[in-house]
Amino acid sequence: MPKDTSLRKVLVIGSGPIIIGQAAEFDYSGSQACRSLREEGLEVALINSNPATIMTDPDTADRVYIEPLTVEFAERVIAQERPDGLLPTLGGQTGLNLATELAVRGVLDKYGVRLLGTPLTAIQAAEDREKFRDLMRQIGEPVPESWIVESLSELRRVAEIAPYPCIVRPAYTLGGTGGGIAHTPDELLEIGARGLELSMRSQILVERSLLGWKEIEYEVMRDGADNAIVVCNMENLDPMGVHTGDSMVVAPSQTLSDFEYQLLRTASLRIIRALGIQGGCNVQLALNPNGSDYYVIEVNPRVSRSSALASKATGYPIARIAAKIAIGLRLDEIRNPITGTSAAFEPALDYCVVKIPRFPFDKFPTGDRTLGTQMKATGEVMAIDRTFEGALMKAVRGLEVGVSDLRYPPAARLSPMELETLIATPNDMRLFYVAEAFRRGWLVEEVHGLSKIDPWFLHRIRRLVEMEQELIARSAEVREALSALALDSWQVRKAPSVWSAEAELPHAEADASALQIPRPSAPADTGTVASLLRRAKEWQFGDRFLAQITGLSEAQVRAGRRALGILPAFKMVDTCAGEFEAQTPYFYSTYHGASDRPAPAHPRKALVLGSGPIRIGQGIEFDYSAVHAVRTLREHGYYAMILNNNPETVSTDFDISDALYFDPITTEDVMNLLEYEAGESGAPIPVLVQFGGQTAINLVRSLQGFGVPILGTPPESIELAEDRRQFDALLERLGVPRPSGRAVTTLEDARAAAHAVGYPVLVRPSFVLGGRAMEIVRSDAELETYWRSAVLAFPDAPVLVDKYIEGKEAEVDLIGDGERFLIPAIMEHIERAGVHSGDSMTVVPPQTLGASEQAQIRDYSLRLGRALHACGLLNIQFVVQDGQVYVIEVNPRASRTVPYLSKITDIPMVRLAVAAQLGQPLPFTETAADPTRGRIAVKAPVFSSLKLRQVEVALGPEMRSTGEVMGIDVSYAAALYKALTAAGVKIPRMGSVLLTLADKDKPEGVALARAFLAKGFRLLATAGTAQTLQTAGLPVQTVPKIGAGSPNLLDYITGKRVQLLVNTPSPDRRAEQQGLLIRRAAVESGVPCLTALDTAWALLHALDAAEWQVHPIGQFERAAVSTMTARAVPQ
Amino acid sequence: MQAYLVLEDGSVFTGEALGASGRATGELVFTTSMTGYQEILTDPSYAGQIVLMTYPLIGNYGVNEESDESRQAQAAGFVVREACETPSNWRARAALHDYLAARGVVAISGVDTRAVTLRVRYHGVMMATLTTDETPQEALHRLQTAPRYDEEDFVYRVTTPAPYKWGYDGMEPIDASDDRYRARVVILDCGVKWNIPRRLASLGVRSIIVPATTPADQILAYQPDGVLLSPGPGDPARLQPVVETVRQLLGKTPVAGICLGNQLVCLAMGARTFKLKFGHRGGNHPVKNLLTGRVDITSQNHGYAVDRESLQGTGLELTHVNLNDDTVEGVRHRDLKVITLQYHPEAAPGPWDSRPFFHEFLALMDGRGA
Repeated sequence: MPKDTSLRKVLVIGSGPIIIGQAAEFDYSGSQACRSLREEGLEVALINSNPATIMTDPDTADRVYIEPLTVEFAERVIAQERPDGLLPTLGGQTGLNLATELAVRGVLDKYGVRLLGTPLTAIQAAEDREKFRDLMRQIGEPVPESWIVESLSELRRVAEIAPYPCIVRPAYTLGGTGGGIAHTPDELLEIGARGLELSMRSQILVERSLLGWKEIEYEVMRDGADNAIVVCNMENLDPMGVHTGDSMVVAPSQTLSDFEYQLLRTASLRIIRALGIQGGCNVQLALNPNGSDYYVIEVNPRVSRSSALASKATGYPIARIAAKIAIGLRLDEIRNPITGTSAAFEPALDYCVVKIPRFPFDKFPTGDRTLGTQMKATGEVMAIDRTFEGALMKAVRGLEVGVSDLRYPPAARLSPMELETLIATPNDMRLFYVAEAFRRGWLVEEVHGLSKIDPWFLHRIRRLVEMEQELIARSAEVREALSALALDSWQVRKAPSVWSAEAELPHAEADASALQIPRPSAPADTGTVASLLRRAKEWQFGDRFLAQITGLSEAQVRAGRRALGILPAFKMVDTCAGEFEAQTPYFYSTYHGASDRPAPAHPRKALVLGSGPIRIGQGIEFDYSAVHAVRTLREHGYYAMILNNNPETVSTDFDISDALYFDPITTEDVMNLLEYEAGESGAPIPVLVQFGGQTAINLVRSLQGFGVPILGTPPESIELAEDRRQFDALLERLGVPRPSGRAVTTLEDARAAAHAVGYPVLVRPSFVLGGRAMEIVRSDAELETYWRSAVLAFPDAPVLVDKYIEGKEAEVDLIGDGERFLIPAIMEHIERAGVHSGDSMTVVPPQTLGASEQAQIRDYSLRLGRALHACGLLNIQFVVQDGQVYVIEVNPRASRTVPYLSKITDIPMVRLAVAAQLGQPLPFTETAADPTRGRIAVKAPVFSSLKLRQVEVALGPEMRSTGEVMGIDVSYAAALYKALTAAGVKIPRMGSVLLTLADKDKPEGVALARAFLAKGFRLLATAGTAQTLQTAGLPVQTVPKIGAGSPNLLDYITGKRVQLLVNTPSPDRRAEQQGLLIRRAAVESGVPCLTALDTAWALLHALDAAEWQVHPIGQFERAAVSTMTARAVPQ
Repeated sequence: MQAYLVLEDGSVFTGEALGASGRATGELVFTTSMTGYQEILTDPSYAGQIVLMTYPLIGNYGVNEESDESRQAQAAGFVVREACETPSNWRARAALHDYLAARGVVAISGVDTRAVTLRVRYHGVMMATLTTDETPQEALHRLQTAPRYDEEDFVYRVTTPAPYKWGYDGMEPIDASDDRYRARVVILDCGVKWNIPRRLASLGVRSIIVPATTPADQILAYQPDGVLLSPGPGDPARLQPVVETVRQLLGKTPVAGICLGNQLVCLAMGARTFKLKFGHRGGNHPVKNLLTGRVDITSQNHGYAVDRESLQGTGLELTHVNLNDDTVEGVRHRDLKVITLQYHPEAAPGPWDSRPFFHEFLALMDGRGA
């Protein structure tokens, strides 16, 4: 079937903000799809509310709309663009739901837009439980016995007959929101009721639990001519019962025989054919570990997180191919861009892939760490090696959760009973508890009995623990072996230049004298320390681990093992296990064997460090910057390399860089690849560290120690910005005010510091990201509590105690070339200080900052830029009180606001920053008087509160949001409206507002209440707040507190008698317990809950929005860049 | 115990002995199948070859009683990156190393299999030897005087010494009754995989498996509804007597050819075969059916292919082509009632996409056309 020629313009729907269950993978799939469609000569328009994406870059599509993903705004875009087709299956569940709504409401028919790819009926058949089960029965595929429940009365009936334990899954939600496992009828009633509430269809599925069965996934593709293939299968290390997004996953499956592999493959293909999918699809199956029977669990009729993982695990670009299928191409007509052969084939792997999810429990110490059918992970790391052990250890090393191997100190302190429980109950650290069990000599059979994890995996984890114990037991010998040789390491021979690749291979005559012996793979020194070390490195025990157990430095370990000839090789991910020649420069390292080829010679190479797994505080924004850094390097004629370990990202896409290294982002791995790429010449390769968040910045010191050139802002400045004492001295010297305070290491000191500046104070450990463990403390008692809880978690970091200034916050991302600086715009935070900058709404240009305040901000920014010789990007945060501007934080790197700011100002910030780092002076340092050209952009945070139960939802100094959206329009009110709408806040037009305010907020609450009244809202309030309002003469109905009879506060919220809740957290701990309950109730009942007065004012202002404009962004940028580039050309 | 893999180009790979100790010589080939090592080891088409698995973790699910494809291990040697000592699967009866040792297969683990694969891809298949009791130099000298794969006739070694039957209950003596079967097929055993008669039995077809040397009249004397030419090892051009047998069968009974069977049909009709640089071995090769336009993912194991040009004038119609290299993957002849595939519809190991081939054969025998 040739390409559909009636198509000229296609609308692509993105996935919106990052939330748990829908992360960066859809930026990857969306941007790949756009590239793929444009390659076929189609015009592409795109709608997505998430500014922090490559997808919403002006050059990803012909017309990019950053607008809320609602029918209202999508229809406006459709009316304006009049696309011929709409591609719904690459924007996650959000995109799919929106497309479905557009179709169902007749919008698509009205404008003559066709749904491309998988037909709507197929989507519905896959997503509607009953239709899906009927279809499965028709084709004879087994589905677990189950009941569709659509009302509470049905739920009660099913609770009597269901087999326990049983699983509850709501229809049409993300990441299994609201699902759970019920062990008793009571639990079923509770979980089921919540699920009914959360489902878009008020529909849940109750089904037989298959706990302990193997969970296997197949990623399948089908074209319109009924050709279907399997891209990859994956085995969940955690058996059934844990959401696959929360499971450790291996690819390909490890414990399935060929028969089982083909049995499930055949079932998956039958299913995708029966559904009529056209594009990518994910099939989840449960396989009996003691037989060949299986059940079909679920089908995702779209590109998913698993597709992203499968793409990166195999090299097969699923999103790209799915987009081509959607416009009518057949699999056999599409080329596999990796090998040039047909896309109709199934990748063969010659390595093992391990994925480990990244959980946000470091940010939510009170969160429930138990894993179930509701996804909790924010991101994931993937690792590739030739052994499972190696891949697992690499994944752990790259996880950045405070462990770098299988040792997790809290596990060692557990009683046997506690350990049993933590192995039996899936949780985020179970791997480490399993390792601890083996450390204590427990048997594989015992751990299998508790965890149901397949013995195959357990045997291997046990082997790793045995290796760990042997290395520790022989650490003295290990130390000797590494250090004796370290002395002359620099004279030691280079890595033998034997490559697997063809061109370099001198074809030896069949003559014994010409024997060539490649790097020994199993050396003769079996039993020696050297061979032990070799095996340990094959299993990816890090240099850091070896340094820790020997007391050597990491540098000494490195030198020592190099002297022993233990060096990594770099092998290619080529989709075909070496069968065909592949051009894709996608590599992983392994400590066994030879590299595929020598690194290509190139006069100018540079490495960009990626930012690792998506987590709260370090999200997709950093991948945006990394991708732009790579692109800029390439534009400047560099051989641009990227190192990253996050499979969800655009930066790890096969055609972004000149060389992609899929490895952990640690010093060892960076040094390995730099040495490999330096090749024979040994010429140093510079590294760009500013575009990979704190992950990359944290490596600066050690890389500098190895003499690696760091491009841009000098490492000394980076260190200075991160060291409180030095930084304070600098501010002093520059005459830049900051809130008074200092770094302390003891509680006594902390108390003294707090008294010196006066309460309230802001306390936080230094060297942590995203305001982790940051709190506002108002008394000695609170300080002590803080010290005990938070500080113990970060024992090594000094704690900063600063005067807390409750003012307005502002932020600048400055671009510098070392001498001259550009401030694209000043960002003003809508919430006052005390709310983490990542969680506050932000507006550009500033709406309330005065000229003098803005002048101070610019002045201080420039002073700091000059003093730090900022070259590249520098993020500076300010607090403004009574006309005085204070600097509160400096980040010597690209910040999370870079993409947002780039898009509203049309200034390609990363491009300019990288050009500056490559030695090109800034082409200009002044922006126009109106840098946003009449537009106003509001950034709003998005939380994943629904996914994480028992977790605080109130805004505070600790960052909790997982993603963000942007609203952009010509009026502030419209921009606010769009931002709030895009963030999922259902802005009420009428109804009741429930106010329950902290004492300090009550005076201002009167004005706020009056404003709500003026808009026609009814006022409800809890006793204290109501009294204040009544005293001010406002009509208000008092609502009883929780526990004070019925109906009380909770009933009002859960009964939807309230359309908006404004609840500000109180410093009073007792009041707060109620507050937490109220807010959770609101979140779970779908009532908008605002926890800062400023946000409430913003919402009120948004109600003023009368009309909206829908404009593609960045039409200006392309013109601007070309003139800029012209100006930047050296004379 | 240390072991060496020595290639005829002089390169040496060091590893650990796995399975039987001693020496083994053969043509070094790689397969990209990620599962199915037991089926591969017992596939007679691997006779005379040292098989390298490109997937690095082999033996994970052990070996079981149902996955043997012939009476014995057939591969001359076996090369893996890592062999699993603690297999996990409900059907597993033993670990791979014990299976190899018990069947006398010399094998090696700990080899950088990707490096070897890239070498074979670049230079083409070559002779190699595995050794556990020599220096690499000694092994290379021995290799230089060893007979070459292309010069040996493996079919006569792997074919059954005497006819037997296969039915619903598996292997049966030649005098078993043919009642309860809808059709009777003679399989000319040039290296048959048991999954072929198994698939036929699942369709109610009785198989009579006869030695490759069986003359045509003797085959026809079984009064079969059709004859299936099995896969098998080695250079088809060396099998003139069998080609002659096939020539005599064509037109007298419906014929299905699989792998070597396809090549025999083509040779019998006057086409030519040639040796591929490094063959097709794996479970992921796309093949397009020119009659339906459909693409199947196929299980492949062949080092020789039919010259596409040479089909001209033979009366054979090209029905299947490989999407990777456009080689011949299947032909038919309407008048002579012949259908063939170069790949393995019986799978084992590999995808089950092409099972309908057996239905087509049945239709052909029922007189419902090719």
